Amino acid sequence: MGAIDPRQELADRLGLTEVPPARFASPADVTERLRAFDYLGDDSIASVTFLADRLAKPVLVEGPAGTGKTALAKAVADATGARLIRLQCYEGLDESKALYEWNYRKQLLRIQAGRGDSTGSEEWSALEDDIFAEEFLLERPLLEAIRAKDPVVLLIDEVDRVELETEALLLEILSEYQVSIPELGTMRAQQIPMVFLTSNNTRELSEALKRRCLYLFVGYPELERERDIIVSRVPGISTALAEQIAQVVRSLRQLDLKKAPSVSETLDWARTLVVLGRQEIGDADAAETLHILLKYQSDIDKAKKELLGRGKSLA
Amino acid sequence: MLNVLGDFVAELRAAGIPVSMSEHVDAARATTAIDIADRGLLKASLAATMVKDSDHAPIFSTAFDIFFANRSFNPDSESDSPDGEEGSPSSSERPTGIPGRGKAKGMGMGGGLSMSPEELSEMLFQALRDNDNNKMREGAAEAVTRYAGMEPGRPVGGTYYLYRTLRNLDLEELTARLQGIILPPNADPDNLTQHIARDDVARRIEGLKAAIEREIRERLVEDRGAEALAKSVRKPLPEDLDVMHANREEMAQLERALRPLSRKLAVRLARKRRHKRRGAVDLRHTVRRSLSTGGIPIDLRFKPPRPAKPEIVVIADISGSVASFARFTLLLVHAISSQFSKVRSFVFVDGLDEVTALFEHTDDPKEAVARINAEADVIAFDGHSDYGRAFMTFHTKFAPEINKRTAVLILGDARNNYHQSNAELIADLRYRAKAVYWLNPEPESYWNSGDSIIGQYAPFCDRVIECRTLRQLEAFVGTLA
Repeated sequence: MGAIDPRQELADRLGLTEVPPARFASPADVTERLRAFDYLGDDSIASVTFLADRLAKPVLVEGPAGTGKTALAKAVADATGARLIRLQCYEGLDESKALYEWNYRKQLLRIQAGRGDSTGSEEWSALEDDIFAEEFLLERPLLEAIRAKDPVVLLIDEVDRVELETEALLLEILSEYQVSIPELGTMRAQQIPMVFLTSNNTRELSEALKRRCLYLFVGYPELERERDIIVSRVPGISTALAEQIAQVVRSLRQLDLKKAPSVSETLDWARTLVVLGRQEIGDADAAETLHILLKYQSDIDKAKKELLGRGKSLA
Repeated sequence: MLNVLGDFVAELRAAGIPVSMSEHVDAARATTAIDIADRGLLKASLAATMVKDSDHAPIFSTAFDIFFANRSFNPDSESDSPDGEEGSPSSSERPTGIPGRGKAKGMGMGGGLSMSPEELSEMLFQALRDNDNNKMREGAAEAVTRYAGMEPGRPVGGTYYLYRTLRNLDLEELTARLQGIILPPNADPDNLTQHIARDDVARRIEGLKAAIEREIRERLVEDRGAEALAKSVRKPLPEDLDVMHANREEMAQLERALRPLSRKLAVRLARKRRHKRRGAVDLRHTVRRSLSTGGIPIDLRFKPPRPAKPEIVVIADISGSVASFARFTLLLVHAISSQFSKVRSFVFVDGLDEVTALFEHTDDPKEAVARINAEADVIAFDGHSDYGRAFMTFHTKFAPEINKRTAVLILGDARNNYHQSNAELIADLRYRAKAVYWLNPEPESYWNSGDSIIGQYAPFCDRVIECRTLRQLEAFVGTLA
C-alpha cells in the first residue's frame, strides 16, 4: 500500500515549498510536553492530538463544561511555541466577525479622495481594483490564522453556539485550509495550523462538520489523573488531601445530579480547603463547602443525604 | 489491516453508528500514521476518526474489543497466530484454542485447573487489594475456565457465562473482605470516609467483572469469530430502544440519555422561536446603522421577536402496559417546561387526576414522576384502562380551560378494554384547542387490533404518532414549540 503522508499531500495542495515538520514525535511526546505546561492529559487526549498533527486534521473536542477543553488548545500552543488565535463563537456570529470584512469606511474615504480629479472611466476601473485591495481588508480570526506566517494554533471555542447555517462558514477552512474572498481570490494557508474546535454539546453539530474533524471526547478524569491535576494546579496541597478530594468528587459524580462537579470546580474546592488549612476532609467541612462543588440546592441536599447521611449503604 | 478495518466498519454501521466513506478513509490513513502494535493508540485513533458522538462510544468499544481481540499486532506475543493481514478468521474450521496470548486456553473445563477455589479466591482478593491488573487478568482467566462451563459453538453473547462465573465466585465475600481492609478500623462514624471507601471497593469489584467479561468475550471470539459474536452482542443505541419493552438496565440507559437530550431540545426550541419571525423595526438601532451610509437607512434593524410560548396539556394513560412510556414522556415534557408557558399534566387509568402540583413542588421531575404512582387517584372502578370515562371526566372538569393556545397531548395505546370510546369529546377538545396530538407507543401495525380503538379517535386528532423510541419522541416534541 503506497502510504502517502497526509502532511505532504496537504502541503502540495497549499503550494508550500516545503512540508512543515510534524510537531510531535509520538503520543508519549505529546503527554510529556503538555505536562511541562501543567496540562495533564490522558492517553486518548495524547493520541488524538498526535494524530491530528500527523493527519493535518482539525480536532473537535467535546465534553462537559470545565474539563479542560479550551485549556488543551492553549497548552498545545504553548508546548509547540505557536501563537494561539481564538475565535469565540456566539449566537449571531457571522462572516464579517469570523472571516473578514471590507473596511468600507476607508473605502468611502478613498472614493471621496479620488473625486477631486477627473472622473474618466479608466480611472474608475483603477479605483475599483484599488478599493478591493488587501489594504481595505479587515482580518478576522479565521483569515488571520490562514494568513499567518508563524506557527499558529487556531481555537474555535464553543462552536455549538453558532447556528447550524453559520457552521458552513467553517467548512472550507477546516477541510482545505483556505478562505475564498470573491473580490480577491482564494487565500491558502502559509503553513499547516493546528485547529481545535470545542463544543459543550448543547446541540447536535452537523454531519458535514463532524466528518471533517477528528473527534475527541474529554470526560471527567480518572481518579489518579484528577489527583495529579489538583497537586499540580493547587500550590501547597498535600497528596493525601488531593487524593481524598478526588475520591469525594468521584463519588459525587456517581450520584444522579443535575450538574456534576467539573474539574475547575474541584480545583476551587481544593484551594478553599487549603486556605482553610485542612489536612483532611471531615463531615463538617464537606457540608459547609459543598456549595463550591455543586450549584443547585437540590444537588447539595442530595449529596448531603447520600454522602453524609448515616447508615446508608451504597451498593 | 485494511480487510479487518473494512469488516469492522461494516459492524459499526450494522450497530447503528454512521461511518461515512471519508471517515473510513481517514481511519485507514490513521493506521498508517501510527504504530498499530499499540492497541490503546489504535483504539483511540479509530475512535477519533470514525465515532463522532460520545453516546456511540460504548458500542464502538465493545465492537473494537471483539474485532481486535486476538488479532494482536503485538510483536512480542507468541506469534504463530494470524495477524490482521488475512481477513477475518472463520474459526469454525480452526481447532479451538490455537491463537491467543501466550497460554493455550481450552474452551471448556479441559484447561489446566491449577488452583483450588480457595487459591483462586485468594488470588483475586490480592489482585483487587493491590490494584494489580496482570494478576486480575490471570485470575479472571482462571475463574472463567473453572466456572463458566463454556461450550464451543453455542450462539450466545456471553451474558450467561458471565452470570455463571460470577455466581460461583461469591463476590459478596470478596467485597466484605476488601471492605475489611480498606474501611478504617474500628469504624468511627465519619460517614464521608466510609462512603468513599465503599465506593472504592464497589469500583474495584466492577473492575473484576469487566475483566471477566473481557475474558469470556475473547474466548468467544476465538470460538466463533468476530462477526458472529459481534452480531449476538449487538445492542441498539439508547435512542432506538423500545420504551415500552425496556428492561431495567435499558430503562436506566434511557434515563441517562434523556437529560442531554432534553437539554439539546430546549436549546433548539429556544433558538427556533427566536429566529422564526422578525419583530418590529427597531428605529433607534436602524438610525444608528444608517449613519455609516450617509443617513440612508439601507440596513434595517428589527427588534427581537417575542412570540408567545405554547401551553401544553398532557393526558397520560398510566395503566401497566404503557406506564413506562407515560413516565418518560412526562419527564421529557417537564424537563423542557421552560419552553412552554404552562404545562399541565393529567394521568388516568379509569379515573382521571391532575398531577401538575407534584411537578411544581420539586425541581426534579424524576421525583415527581415517582410520586405519581403513589399519590395520583386514578382508579375509579376495576383498574383497567377506560379512555372514554377518563375523557368524560376531563371534559366535564377542565374543557373550559382549554383555549386556542393549548396543545393537547394524549398518551396511550387506546386499548380501551371494550368500553365506550366517547370520541366526540376529543372532537370538542380539538375545536377548543390549538391542536390535539395522540402519541401511541405501540407499533403502527398493532393499531386497531384487539381492543385498540385508536381508529375511532384518530379522525378527531390533528396527528396520531407512533412513538416507540426516544428518537421518535424527541422528533415529535421538537415540532411542538
